[in-house]
Amino acid sequence: MLLIRCPHCGERPEPEFAYGGEAHIARPADPAAVSDDDWAAYLYLRTNAKGVHAERWRHTRGCGRFFNALRDTTTDRFIATYKSGEKRPEGLR
Amino acid sequence: MSDTASSGIGMGTTLAPAWLQRVTPAARFVLQGGPSALAAAARALGIPDADAPGRCSGEGTTLTLIWLGPDERLLIAWLEDAASLGARLEAALAGQAHSLVDVTQRQVGLRLAAAFAADLLNCGCPLDLDPARFPVGSGTRTLFNKTDIVLWRRGVDDFHIEVWRSFEDYLVRWMAEAAQDFAPQR
Ligand SMILES: [Zn+2]
Repeated sequence: MLLIRCPHCGERPEPEFAYGGEAHIARPADPAAVSDDDWAAYLYLRTNAKGVHAERWRHTRGCGRFFNALRDTTTDRFIATYKSGEKRPEGLR
Repeated sequence: MSDTASSGIGMGTTLAPAWLQRVTPAARFVLQGGPSALAAAARALGIPDADAPGRCSGEGTTLTLIWLGPDERLLIAWLEDAASLGARLEAALAGQAHSLVDVTQRQVGLRLAAAFAADLLNCGCPLDLDPARFPVGSGTRTLFNKTDIVLWRRGVDDFHIEVWRSFEDYLVRWMAEAAQDFAPQR
């Protein structure tokens, strides 16, 4: 069983979690001022990283909270997890 | 206070395992709020807040408070009815940002007491139920196959399960099926 460390609950089994897409994507503060192309990029364009990827997860069947994770997309290894609002940890591979 | 899981909503008598009992508390609430709202609620209830993951409070009283999330608690009242308890809590929480929802009828309680209880739960629940990792007195929201449950460990082999009402039949049937591995004589 893959264990994911929820920043609130500690290590918990993967079926309790739901994937939430790429992390650290900020909604433009003034959407009306954004061009159609930039808005489309905000909505749809993602990094699609091969390797370390910062992404959102939600501990849906546990504490219910969203948090962020660094995960290696080639090995499915979780490198770090951290609370929403915290900065992406530096220097981890 | 307690009746068997076979009574009520149309479950066949063949699914009436003695080790699974329907238990019906008087009221249930889900409370959400920040630290001061949660502290005020605990003061009004006269029990400590369940203020850490997996923690429950209220032992030795007629209340059970279970940590669901950093700002979310499940309150089970075994005697006091929802109207009285809700009024008491609303008075204590006046002026504080919070959400207090009466979920008394949303879910049902099942008490699973058997020597094979943890092994049976692990047929559908991926949580580590080793008593060292999930000790007596722990509680959490988790998963049993496809349905959300709240699991509260009352004893090493004694669990209380809260499940949404419409999933009870699914849960009970699944457990009865899985239990054949542990208690073929039923
Ligand atoms: Zn969690």
